[in-house]
Amino acid sequence: MKSKFGVKEVVAVGIGAALFVALTQVQIPLGIPNTALQPRAALLAFLSAVFGPIVGAAVGVVGHALGDMFFYGSAWWSWVFPEAVFAIAVGAFANKYGVKEGAFGKKEIILFNVTQVIGNAAAWIVLAPVLDILIYKEPVQKVFVQGLGAWLGNILIIATLGTLLTVGYAKVGAKSSSLTKED
Amino acid sequence: MARILTYEEKDTWIHRLSGVTKLVFFLLWTMTSMLSYDTRVLAVMMAGSLVIFRMSKTEWRQVGTVFKFILFFLVINLIAIFLFAPYEGVGIYGSRSDLFHLFGNYWVTKEQLFYELNVMMKYVTIVPAVFMFVVTTNPSEFAASLNRIGISYNIGYAVAIALRYIPDVQDDFSKIRNAQEARGIEMTGKASFFSRIKNTAAIIFPLIFTSMDRIDVVSNAMELRGFGKHKKRTWYSGKKLERADYVTLAVTALLSALFLFITFKDGSRFYNPFAG
Repeated sequence: MKSKFGVKEVVAVGIGAALFVALTQVQIPLGIPNTALQPRAALLAFLSAVFGPIVGAAVGVVGHALGDMFFYGSAWWSWVFPEAVFAIAVGAFANKYGVKEGAFGKKEIILFNVTQVIGNAAAWIVLAPVLDILIYKEPVQKVFVQGLGAWLGNILIIATLGTLLTVGYAKVGAKSSSLTKED
Repeated sequence: MARILTYEEKDTWIHRLSGVTKLVFFLLWTMTSMLSYDTRVLAVMMAGSLVIFRMSKTEWRQVGTVFKFILFFLVINLIAIFLFAPYEGVGIYGSRSDLFHLFGNYWVTKEQLFYELNVMMKYVTIVPAVFMFVVTTNPSEFAASLNRIGISYNIGYAVAIALRYIPDVQDDFSKIRNAQEARGIEMTGKASFFSRIKNTAAIIFPLIFTSMDRIDVVSNAMELRGFGKHKKRTWYSGKKLERADYVTLAVTALLSALFLFITFKDGSRFYNPFAG
């Protein structure tokens, strides 16, 4: 059912991207210039876990491109596409997390966080700096330091806010298994 | 929420162009300036961007705050490039002419200044094109355009929904924040780092959960009206391509091809005034 791109998925991408854009301006500064914790990364991880990789990737690309355009007047493409890689990594296990069934327990939390660390590494330590160098010819050292900063910031905010969001939603949205079997 | 760029209706030839044309222009223009490091090409493109920006009758109040923001980031980026790689330009242009000594191992070289000038020009070239695109394209027509250039209407519709709901979500956001602040939650820099994460969560949780409900409501409404039943759909705000559109498209494609040809002609993306 998750692989089908139906009406619900279309709307999820739309409203998910709108949320992503709105959260672009919510940043928690870390004290280091140009780096901040981005709650929108937690949102993307959450949406990928709930709706799967395709919706996640679309929210990441559409949301990041629109957010960049509206707030920063440009589209920094080498940082737009890594969002999709990250969302696919996290969303690939959407069936395993079982968020909609309310089964997001300890085992799933560990899986969610392992994939988010790996997905973030692939996106921000590998893909974004490499694209920066290939497309924009930026200095190697600078882009890897930026990538490392984004990686650390994102795993921190997703491990806290992202995990809490998913746990919370699994509890509230647990419609199909809100009944417990009596002994 | 005044900092965001938004569409404004005006009557210029740029506003009258179809969204498809502007989307293609926007994509080709940003891609060309992304690929090119040729100073001459960038200078021409920058001038072109400014002329178009002027013709679109965009006013300073529409873009001013965003522009200041961009300049701020641009300056930080240029400084960061210098701090991390003060001799990037020397490596690229293959020569070194020192201007003056700064501190430690940092010498200011002509090559570095020239390289950073190029980085700046690349950035400045894109900005007016984005401004023009965002403030002159009607969001619903934009969705129709995406479909027109071959992207599935599902994606086009998703983008249309995103554009439609950004103001609503922002509205929810400020309402929730005001409510939480009224309850005494500190949202400014005064709070400690971890309590700021917690306080952000106090806004984001309700915001995301109401949005999840909204996804259900909207998708039910669309399902009731039979969205997605057919392979194709028509668009209320779609525009037919007219002569001005074809001319613009042709000129854009020709210019991009020419710019890329000049850039890559000598086998390098860089224009080197230091050689020979």
